[in-house]
Amino acid sequence: MSEVLVLVDHVDGAIRKPTLELLAIAKRIGSPSAVLIASADQTDAAVARLTAFGAEKVYVVDDAEIKGYLVAPKAEVLQQLIEKTSPAAVLIVSGYEGKEIAGRLAIKTGSGLITDAVDVDADGTTTQSVFAGNFTAKAKVTTGTPIITVKPNAAAPEETAGAGAVEQFAATISDSAKKAQIVASQPRQASGRPELTEAAIIVSGGRGTGGNFEPVEGLADALGAAVGASRAAVDSGWMPHSFQVGQTGKVVSPQLYVANGISGAIQHRAGMQTSKTIVAVNKDEEAPIFELVDFGVVGDLHAVLPKATEEINQRKG
Amino acid sequence: MNIVVCVKYVPDATADRQFESDNTVDRVGVDGLLSELDEYAVEQALQLKEKGEDIEVTALCVGPEKGVDAVRKALQMGVDKGIHVVDDAIAGSDAIATSLVLAKAIEKIGVPDLVMCGMASTDAGMSVVPAMLAERLDLPQVTFAAVIETQGDQVRIKRDSDTATEIVGGTMPLVMSVTDQTGEARYPSFKGIMAAKKKPLETWSLSDIGVDASEVGLSVAWTSVEETAARPPRTAGEIVKDEDGAGATALVGFLASKKFI
Ligand SMILES: Cc1cc2nc3c(=O)[nH]c(=O)nc-3n(C[C@H](O)[C@H](O)[C@H](O)COP(=O)(O)OP(=O)(O)OC[C@H]3O[C@@H](n4cnc5c(N)ncnc54)[C@H](O)[C@@H]3O)c2cc1C
Ligand SMILES: Nc1ncnc2c1ncn2[C@@H]1O[C@H](COP(=O)(O)O)[C@@H](O)[C@H]1O
Repeated sequence: MSEVLVLVDHVDGAIRKPTLELLAIAKRIGSPSAVLIASADQTDAAVARLTAFGAEKVYVVDDAEIKGYLVAPKAEVLQQLIEKTSPAAVLIVSGYEGKEIAGRLAIKTGSGLITDAVDVDADGTTTQSVFAGNFTAKAKVTTGTPIITVKPNAAAPEETAGAGAVEQFAATISDSAKKAQIVASQPRQASGRPELTEAAIIVSGGRGTGGNFEPVEGLADALGAAVGASRAAVDSGWMPHSFQVGQTGKVVSPQLYVANGISGAIQHRAGMQTSKTIVAVNKDEEAPIFELVDFGVVGDLHAVLPKATEEINQRKG
Repeated sequence: MNIVVCVKYVPDATADRQFESDNTVDRVGVDGLLSELDEYAVEQALQLKEKGEDIEVTALCVGPEKGVDAVRKALQMGVDKGIHVVDDAIAGSDAIATSLVLAKAIEKIGVPDLVMCGMASTDAGMSVVPAMLAERLDLPQVTFAAVIETQGDQVRIKRDSDTATEIVGGTMPLVMSVTDQTGEARYPSFKGIMAAKKKPLETWSLSDIGVDASEVGLSVAWTSVEETAARPPRTAGEIVKDEDGAGATALVGFLASKKFI
């Protein structure tokens, strides 16, 4: 069975959940081979976790020559692994970095590229959501090695162990790949809440919060949810940009999205329209967000959210 | 110093966007405009020009006949020159082919110190063309800039990556992409609109840039879209008015009925 390369997305060796989802998808297509670019002290734990979630093979690449640089070296690693293994496909998590690696890799290897897949079939047919979620498209790579970036939550991780055979891989990194340096990196502070792109529930707030996010955060915590924000809330400096949902923020697709004090501009919709269930609280009954909702409350979020939070906490006892 | 800004002509996002029967984006039937996200790249290029000396900014668009409107808008905003690559063979090109045409056009212009792009086009929105351009031109990329600083040929940008806030640096020449965090783009002034009429605007075909028609277009795309379908419209939801706290209770009831609590 052909190998399917899965580029591992991790922070200091801690594997991020979307990678485990990719392993489950890789299994549909062929034999999952994880590509782990990490430092030596991070590999053991990472390999164990990748194996537990189905990696048959793990290519371990020492990151000493790679980690200070932006995307280009990682594309070279994958190019060399494609030459070595002739995989059935390469799967990469759809994020800023993943898409850029994929873009470079596609040119390097003369391969077709599909980004932002929300599902991938055994034959490599992908499903994408396009035009702000108004259309779905099914597509296939027809040339070269299919390179597919997959959005978080496209599949459930499967905890069935693979063989996890480790193979050290020494990649050659060119000088020209080392021309864009990461000068400094400030890891995002852990909020204690789920990550926006991975969360099953998101509670977000907009200009209607007036800058007070406490009601939004309170409801989020009662529901075990991530917190999101509109660009208006980000532009006002109330929330960091990493919380922004929409065209120029995160595109999310949770089971439940609760929009509070958000009018529902097209750019915001572009980031949340494919959520399974949508709820809104807005004091303006004409707000366009109500066109999308499964359930809406016309009212002041500063009154509705704290009361709802209290009732939820009571129910939970 | 020379800057090339890549500007895409896209269907208006507020209009009813559609697919053609061959599953390509309908770029003719709906009104188009300069991709809103590319305005931020134009703006940043103009700010660099205003800060420096002897900086020439060229706007480059690969697109249909009407795409010239995108170039014109960039000229009106203040760029010095416009180039529009238009050729029937280009229709239906994917990002791979588009990046080829852009790269060849940039080589014909003469590889500049900076190639600037938007963070994503507002139609396809793949955010891959800048990386592909960098690969094709063998240049470094500094992408998704929220804040831009240059000093001589040194470039530093601040960006929010997936898990961290980063400072990324490189030496020109390089490819940069710019987010809407960089700040509002200017509107063309009356003076700008008048001045634009006299600025050089060239139209190039594929043969002008040495690309063969067989290298681009739908038929050679490295991916094929097999079907497109409009999402079923969302069924109208239940809307309640909050009176004396009834809204919160109804909301909690709904969440419980859907097993979110
Ligand atoms: C290029 C570009 C990219 C963009 N990208 C994004 C993006 O990624 N994400 C994004 O969100 N936006 C984006 N925008 C901005 C978008 O167009 C809207 O301006 C923005 O989404 C509005 O945010 P809002 O809904 O919070 O504010 P508003 O539109 O001002 O709406 C506030 C809402 O709150 C309601 N309200 C006020 N007070 C209360 C209260 N006490 N209780 C309940 N409701 C209340 C009001 O009725 C109103 O509906 C982008 C715009 C551009 C041009
Ligand atoms: N046809 C085009 N003409 C000019 N610039 C383009 C074109 N396509 C993409 N770009 C540039 O590449 C950026 C990213 O595009 P995309 O990868 O399609 O999301 C855009 O913001 C533009 O700056």
